[in-house]
Amino acid sequence: MAEFETPKLGEAPDTIPCLSIGSMAHSKPYKAAAEHQEKLGFPGELVENWQEKAIDKFGELLGKYRGLQVYMDACVKCGACTDKCHYFLGTGDPKNMPVARQDLMRKVYRRYFTTAGKWLPWLVGAEDFTEDVLEDWYSYFHQCSQCRRCSVYCPYGIDTAEISMAGREIMDHIGVGQKYSNEIIGKVHDIGNNLGLPANALRATLEDLEEDLEEETGVEIRLPLDEKGADVLLVTPSADFFAEPHVDGLLGYAKVFHQAGTSWTLSTHASEAANFAIFTGSYDQMKQIAERIRKAAEDLGVKRIVVGECGHAWRVAYNFWNTLIGPFDFLDQNYPIPQHICEFTHDLIIQDKLTLDPSKNDHMTLTFHDSCNVARASRMGENPGGQFTYPREIIKAVCNNFVDMAAETIHENTFCCGGGGGLLTDDLVELRVKGAKPRMEAYRQVVEDHGVTNLAAICAICKTQFAKVMPYYGFEMDAIVSVHQLVSNAIVFEPEPEDDGDQGTGEDDHGGE
Amino acid sequence: MSTFVGIFLYLTTLILVVGLIVRIRRYAVVPAPLKIPTTPAPTTTGGVVLRMAREVVLFESLFRANKWIWIFGWMFHAAMLLILLRHLRYFIEPVWTWVVLIQPFGKYAAFAMAIGLAGLWLRRILVERIRYITGPSDHLMLALLAGITLTGMAMSFAVATDIVSLKTFVLGLLRLELHPIPSDAILIVHLVLVGTLLVVFPFSKLLHAPGIFFSPTRNQVDDPRERRHITPWSTERLSGHRAGGAGD
Ligand code: SF4
Ligand code: SF4
Repeated sequence: MAEFETPKLGEAPDTIPCLSIGSMAHSKPYKAAAEHQEKLGFPGELVENWQEKAIDKFGELLGKYRGLQVYMDACVKCGACTDKCHYFLGTGDPKNMPVARQDLMRKVYRRYFTTAGKWLPWLVGAEDFTEDVLEDWYSYFHQCSQCRRCSVYCPYGIDTAEISMAGREIMDHIGVGQKYSNEIIGKVHDIGNNLGLPANALRATLEDLEEDLEEETGVEIRLPLDEKGADVLLVTPSADFFAEPHVDGLLGYAKVFHQAGTSWTLSTHASEAANFAIFTGSYDQMKQIAERIRKAAEDLGVKRIVVGECGHAWRVAYNFWNTLIGPFDFLDQNYPIPQHICEFTHDLIIQDKLTLDPSKNDHMTLTFHDSCNVARASRMGENPGGQFTYPREIIKAVCNNFVDMAAETIHENTFCCGGGGGLLTDDLVELRVKGAKPRMEAYRQVVEDHGVTNLAAICAICKTQFAKVMPYYGFEMDAIVSVHQLVSNAIVFEPEPEDDGDQGTGEDDHGGE
Repeated sequence: MSTFVGIFLYLTTLILVVGLIVRIRRYAVVPAPLKIPTTPAPTTTGGVVLRMAREVVLFESLFRANKWIWIFGWMFHAAMLLILLRHLRYFIEPVWTWVVLIQPFGKYAAFAMAIGLAGLWLRRILVERIRYITGPSDHLMLALLAGITLTGMAMSFAVATDIVSLKTFVLGLLRLELHPIPSDAILIVHLVLVGTLLVVFPFSKLLHAPGIFFSPTRNQVDDPRERRHITPWSTERLSGHRAGGAGD
């Protein structure tokens, strides 16, 4: 790992750095080994006629994705997006300006697919697809977390995420894949989750957690696995099964389900909400991974699917599932399909069905990090922007101290944690630390001005990323918390009657199973 | 000269129209397989129409992004629109009243257009980030527009052209008749630059004009849970690829 300097905080989150040309050209994730490539049907190493293959694939994608086709043509180089990417703000490398990142692909597009670029390449910045260009692609398409912040500000909505996805898809097809994402996708196919946690280990983990829960609350709260006939299938990122602070969120879900009296289950077949194929741009892989969830829901005979705290998983579930694995006519149409765990909990709070004591979180002052894929690529509830209000209203219901970060860094303006889009790997630590700078700066402001002690999030990637990078900026690694961890802290259970341990509590009790 | 300008304008218009049709057809034919609106997004079609109208009329996203680019860009486009409408008077007879009414505004809009262009051009040169992403074609485009604006202004404010015979010439072209064009160097340059712009349009970044209407992040309704979004190739995969092998 190359040495690098953690950026200094103390400036506004959106302070524009001077250009520092080529300063991140060395940042490249490890390439996928042949076995990981081949398992997904990609060539194991760079194919001989890679240029030709790449252009073929590029042409195919241009004919399949309207966004890609339009975005290749429409950019006017106005520069509105140039200061919007956290990786540019954190590194100063101009190729991390969204338009410049797009141009890495656009110059190849112009050369091979446009009249102007075929005849007058020098005039329109068209270039042959050389090895150097490919190196740039590999480097800088893996410095895009596909957070879509640039697309909010572009006058044509040009979405660099679509472009980096297409870039990665093309590279996969010529044998240049990224180890981190492709290895994980392979694990999902083999074992059912990103962590490669086998069914029996998962079962044992959940049993341990149930014991902890009973010890803590005095109530028998279950973490059911593969229970046929449950009402709800909960699909959650596998990090929730053991890592801090994720697992505290899982305990929160369990407590909410228990108190609501809703029967639910996890599934070994679909023990993972994450779908890393969105990062690599592979429609086929994304669909196959999503299929597991449909199958689990059908096999278990559930009526509803609820998705745990995970950003890109929610994007895939909310926006893509219906297309990829729908229609969901076998599920109960009275509930949103799929439903976010925050929507589930929020509804219960609105209906006053949870017993909450927010003072249990009085040792903390919270702020909330909007995760990109929730904020800019999906929704909660009925109205646009529900994805901002739901988690905040939950936090306010379970905590007395909440402060928002600066307006230009939250809601759809949110800054990425720096680790999204398939970049959450140790071989990209420098990029991750630097990319977190704008968010860390906004966080520092509320820490200093309002005594904020903790940052809450609803995304497994954000949580893992913050736990890793916050120490670089002088914050504690456990400053990052799950929203449902806060719910878990605040939810109050009354001791149960001796003879009937399985019941919920209070007048809202619906029998629990 | 009249014949040359006449044929030139016919040809350039033809290239513009055919080029645009080909491009727009392409945008319309290529499917948008997945729902990718940038959220928060409208949940109804009416809402999307409004969102698009705000983008096209007010440049809403650009306004949020950068006030300087917005002010120069919006000024340039709004002024150009006025000026184009003003030019209708050369194409219709009798001239509609509203076209007559906007003449004075249209005339002075040329200054706004010039200032807008100058502002955008200066930013390209002075702002490091924008200089980095600017290529020769971007300067050339600005030069072309500036040339059109300046020759137009010269005719409005300095050396007046014989607009009566110009109008006869233009109306003639519409009826496939050739009338003499005023042999006025500035006018000829103006028309040649305009014709050049027409040719460049379908092969350049000017495609942002039709492109925005096809941008899925802006034109999609946020209703994926309520309505199943399907396109030809995603459906094909859906039936044919259930448990199939990975990749191609
Ligand atoms: S999608 Fe996010 S990471 Fe990628 S270029 Fe845009 S702002 Fe940067
Ligand atoms: S904001 Fe959009 S049009 Fe402007 S330079 Fe960036 S990508 Fe191009």
